[in-house]
Amino acid sequence: MNRLLVSPSPHIHSKTSTRSLMLDVVIALLPSVLVSVLYYGWSAVIILASSVVFCVLLEYLITKYLLRRPGTVGDLSAVVTGIILALNLPPTAPWWIALIGSIVAIGVAKMTFGGLGQNVFNPAITGRVFLLISFPAIMTTWSGAKGFIGGADAVSGATPLGIVKEGLMQGQTIDQIFAAHDFSYLQMLFVNIGGSAGEISALAVLAGFIYLLARKVIRPHITLSILVTVAVFSGIFWLVDPSRYTDPLFNLLTGGVLLGSVFMATDYVTSPMSDKGGIIFGIGIGIITMLIRYFGSYPEGMSFAILIMNATVPLINKFCKQKKFGRA
Amino acid sequence: MMKTFSIGGVHPDDRKISAGCAIEVLPVPKTVYISMAQHLGAPAKPVVVPGDKVKTGQIIGEPAGFISAFVHSSVSGTVKSVGPRKDLAGNPVTHVEIEVDGDEWMEGIDTSDTLAAEVPADVQFIIDRIKGNGVVGLGGATFPTNVKLCPPPGKKADILILNGAECEPYLTSDYRIMIEKSRQIVVGAALMKKVLGVGRVVIGIEENKPEAIAMMSEAVRELAVSSPDYAGMEVMTLKKKYPQGGEKQLIDAVTRRQVKSMGLPIDVGAVVQNVATSLAVYEAVQKNKPLIDNTVTVTGECFPKQSNLLVRVGTPLSYIIDFLGGMPADAAKVISGGPMMGKAVSNLDAATLKGTSSVLFLTEAQTRRKPETNCIRCGKCAEACPMGLEPFLLNKLARNGMTDELEQNAVQDCIECGCCLYTCPANIPLLDYIRVAKGEVIRIMRSRTAPKK
Repeated sequence: MNRLLVSPSPHIHSKTSTRSLMLDVVIALLPSVLVSVLYYGWSAVIILASSVVFCVLLEYLITKYLLRRPGTVGDLSAVVTGIILALNLPPTAPWWIALIGSIVAIGVAKMTFGGLGQNVFNPAITGRVFLLISFPAIMTTWSGAKGFIGGADAVSGATPLGIVKEGLMQGQTIDQIFAAHDFSYLQMLFVNIGGSAGEISALAVLAGFIYLLARKVIRPHITLSILVTVAVFSGIFWLVDPSRYTDPLFNLLTGGVLLGSVFMATDYVTSPMSDKGGIIFGIGIGIITMLIRYFGSYPEGMSFAILIMNATVPLINKFCKQKKFGRA
Repeated sequence: MMKTFSIGGVHPDDRKISAGCAIEVLPVPKTVYISMAQHLGAPAKPVVVPGDKVKTGQIIGEPAGFISAFVHSSVSGTVKSVGPRKDLAGNPVTHVEIEVDGDEWMEGIDTSDTLAAEVPADVQFIIDRIKGNGVVGLGGATFPTNVKLCPPPGKKADILILNGAECEPYLTSDYRIMIEKSRQIVVGAALMKKVLGVGRVVIGIEENKPEAIAMMSEAVRELAVSSPDYAGMEVMTLKKKYPQGGEKQLIDAVTRRQVKSMGLPIDVGAVVQNVATSLAVYEAVQKNKPLIDNTVTVTGECFPKQSNLLVRVGTPLSYIIDFLGGMPADAAKVISGGPMMGKAVSNLDAATLKGTSSVLFLTEAQTRRKPETNCIRCGKCAEACPMGLEPFLLNKLARNGMTDELEQNAVQDCIECGCCLYTCPANIPLLDYIRVAKGEVIRIMRSRTAPKK
């Protein structure tokens, strides 16, 4: 006689699990990982590997010895944080930068709040911002890496956004800066050497975005509202004064806008639950990013924008509810 | 653009592995156990005593209230006992035990297969036949059909919707009757149309049943030319999406009207009846045959033989299982109904009811719940909820017993379809908590509106 299981309905479950979702994010990150390894060579391999290993190891040690709870590294979220953190670092950064970043990301931003699902701020960005403020020199130097293909060893030390900021501070116009540096938008789309490991290829990030949408891991609202906001905001300023403000395409393709809007702003835990909330969240990120780019002292504002908007998520969730059936 | 409901929904694999199995008549067992609680509302009052001889179709239970129904003997033989017996869930319910002797039917029941398509002119006659022959809704809730067809004064339906969606995975009993008894179903719909006085009847069927859509459309076309009683009927193809056959969802899909919170379909002018109910209405009115048998899908990957059986009400599950080759060794859960909303059976000696649509066998690997992990705030439960609720929030409120907040967040609107729990990547048993909280909140709401003593 069979012993029958008796439990309430439903009696079946979709195949989706936290682990399968995180695995999809890892797969979506692979094009960016591949491009950074090809163009930054062993430096990128080392920073990626150390960042992932440190993140996973820290989460394992913290759950086992500090929290004394069942391990959670199997859900792969620490792997995702590790990869995203590495893609946010200059590939030439030393391994201990990855260690400090991991301690802040996993140890401070994630586990102190109670682990996956409980954190207010995106762990990888918290790690990156901590490093940016603490080690500004290391975090803004992009030279010395030798790629497996292409000539990345000759890279100069600044990103397009940094060059523009520097030039404007010296009183140059956008035209003069662009003329002096030969920026190519086509190059930015494919591979633009000079930037964090994950910033260099817009196309690789977009490939990941399409994969995430196709697998229904994320919905497009947050990403698209950031991109549209950045384009509209910069478009208005650029139309008013093209000598002082960079154009929309330049702003979309450079810096962390794409990487951030696809992989970091869409983090389930730290973004709003509803589509409407996601759009407000995205608009906020877009505006803050552009305010920092145009008027702040940092050349790039994506990380700060996401962190600031992370803090507003509980409020957004409270006011943006989806429409209920049969209720006006 | 194919019609569907507006909010949420999930796409479980439909697994209609018994779809190709034509309906077979299950031999009558030696003993049947007929429950007096086969319908929503008050259980019927038994009107037979041990030793009585009964015929097939004879009344053995009478309605014990406005919302209640007649119960008939599904066999001929001798009443052995009247008393409590465990139902599918193991709860004691009054059953009439009848030892079978031959199969002698009551006078006046037409057991021939001839189609009787002429709709009687007398509405009261139709209602009396439906009530007298114990017809209840066979879509799950088993609400007495005659009550549903007679809206309270001041409320008027303008559309009758036949539910042929069968959106639950595995189930194929509605599919089979739509293919094998399409004309009878359409006649049943015309009878209910007459009672309701509506001009429009829509038969909603999910796109994954093209053969049923073809057969039903053909039956509608054929009967439409025969009499004006069949005017205004159409088959509507619906998108395959669970819970397309949920009453509120189906009305939304077909008419774009949304039943208000705590409201009834009649509030938006709609009455929904299952296709199996329509068949029962046909048999009750045109053949004077009480609801004493129904089509049951017996299925599951681990079960040796997939079937759709015509089963007499009160047949023990163990008899059906033995007839089909016995209980498979790896079956871990037996479900009465579909995998999304069906109920786990704890007692295989329990007997089928009028509303038993399926016996489903799942292995442990198919049904075992995985350990709950942290909510990752992905919002997939809210995306899946067809009522537009926020299961993640309701779950938290429920676990903390916050009834006021639960009511504000509309826990009472939950239809218990299971989309949230099905979809949750962290395996949080959302519906388990929400279901309990919903019961509590509805109780509080009722006590608030109840007259003070």
